[in-house]
Amino acid sequence: MLSRRIIPCLDVRKGRVVKGVRFRDHVDMGDIVERARHYRDAGADELVFYDIGASPEGRRVDVAWVERVARELDIPFCVAGGIRSVEDARAVLYAGADKISVNSPALARPALIDELAEAFGVQCVVVGVDSLRDADGEWRVRQYTGDPSRTQVLARRTLDWIAEAQRRGAGEIVLNCMGSDGVRQGYDLEQLAAARAICSVPLVASGGAGTPEHFRDAFLQVDADAALAASVFHSGAIAIPELKRYLRAQGVIIRQ
Amino acid sequence: MALVLVDAGGTNIGSVRYALQRLGVDAELSADAAAIRAADKVILPGVGAAGPGMARLRGLGLVEVVRSLTQPVLGVCLGMQLLCAHSEEGDTDCLGVIPAVVRRFAEVPGLRVPQMGWNRLQAVREHVLLAGLGADDRAYFVHGYAVPVGGYTLATADYGGPFSAVVARGNFHGMQFHPERSAGVGARLLKNFLEL
Repeated sequence: MLSRRIIPCLDVRKGRVVKGVRFRDHVDMGDIVERARHYRDAGADELVFYDIGASPEGRRVDVAWVERVARELDIPFCVAGGIRSVEDARAVLYAGADKISVNSPALARPALIDELAEAFGVQCVVVGVDSLRDADGEWRVRQYTGDPSRTQVLARRTLDWIAEAQRRGAGEIVLNCMGSDGVRQGYDLEQLAAARAICSVPLVASGGAGTPEHFRDAFLQVDADAALAASVFHSGAIAIPELKRYLRAQGVIIRQ
Repeated sequence: MALVLVDAGGTNIGSVRYALQRLGVDAELSADAAAIRAADKVILPGVGAAGPGMARLRGLGLVEVVRSLTQPVLGVCLGMQLLCAHSEEGDTDCLGVIPAVVRRFAEVPGLRVPQMGWNRLQAVREHVLLAGLGADDRAYFVHGYAVPVGGYTLATADYGGPFSAVVARGNFHGMQFHPERSAGVGARLLKNFLEL
């Protein structure tokens, strides 16, 4: 049986790991390779690196740190941020990333997902979705969330976008529920369950993890394939070995 | 030991090379038939679809070269599938050194395709390639097509039913998971191949 994955997310800005609360006010968390090694040793199943400045600043992800991580790391990792073309993706994948995640550029030009799946296979192509519930009760997609001054509210409904992304060749969906991101009140189970119902590829829960119970709920209530978190891991509030022991005791299949 | 990584466009080739470096082996990347034939061991990495994978090998004139190798060969992920006779993915004829047809994972409710994550390896035959493998050891898989269980299967994993995780036939070996991304378990199995 496949195990559920615990994925620390490392937001990267100018070659350093940073974390903001509700996507704002970024604080320096340390060197990328050092943090990657730390999480690998703690038992992380996979890592995601978001170059959060790349898309809003209109530049592509810096391949030098991707290669540094790839040399050091013996667990899978995904790189997101600033991938706008097959050539961008090729550079990141050849530098050693296992997957690439596209978000804002795929919203700007959805055919990018088709092109990436055609070039590298769907298993390399992750689509990240930043979503927030609007006053009318609908979940809608946000673009350029790495820079609050440029963040845009799109007319696109989150569930429509998840369905379209799969049709175009997304091999995995990371649903980041922005309303709960960074505030540790738990994953948005209602929104994740709605996404799960229409998602036939792996679904990664993101945004809001604060306690081990939140991870349990994402796996046992929503049937998420993986749970992603940042601040609780970076701050040391949750240690991955203890989290994994807890989840195993709760009946979640977890890698030793 | 001269180890050649067949440079046929697989994007994981750098990661496999780094994993070998961590084990103290500096592999040569090559698409040159003479260099591949002269190697002590050959690894065929691969990520992507079977059709383009075979097309690249054909384009490089490497189909007969790889088929006729007599030294230990290891196919990783797509590389393992390319060692088989045929793949349903793009209805592709492959190298044919492992007598298997690669099939898409069955449509089972709740079974996500591609399989993406850590699955448990279950040894079904004793083989030096599996030396040191523990009962709860997991490896990292990312794939939508799989090799059925057969006489060539050394270890299985279960995803809507058992499939081949490790195969061997004569000097040809395959690992469906990514040993270069499977932490200590992957390093152990790669080391076993290096010591064949």
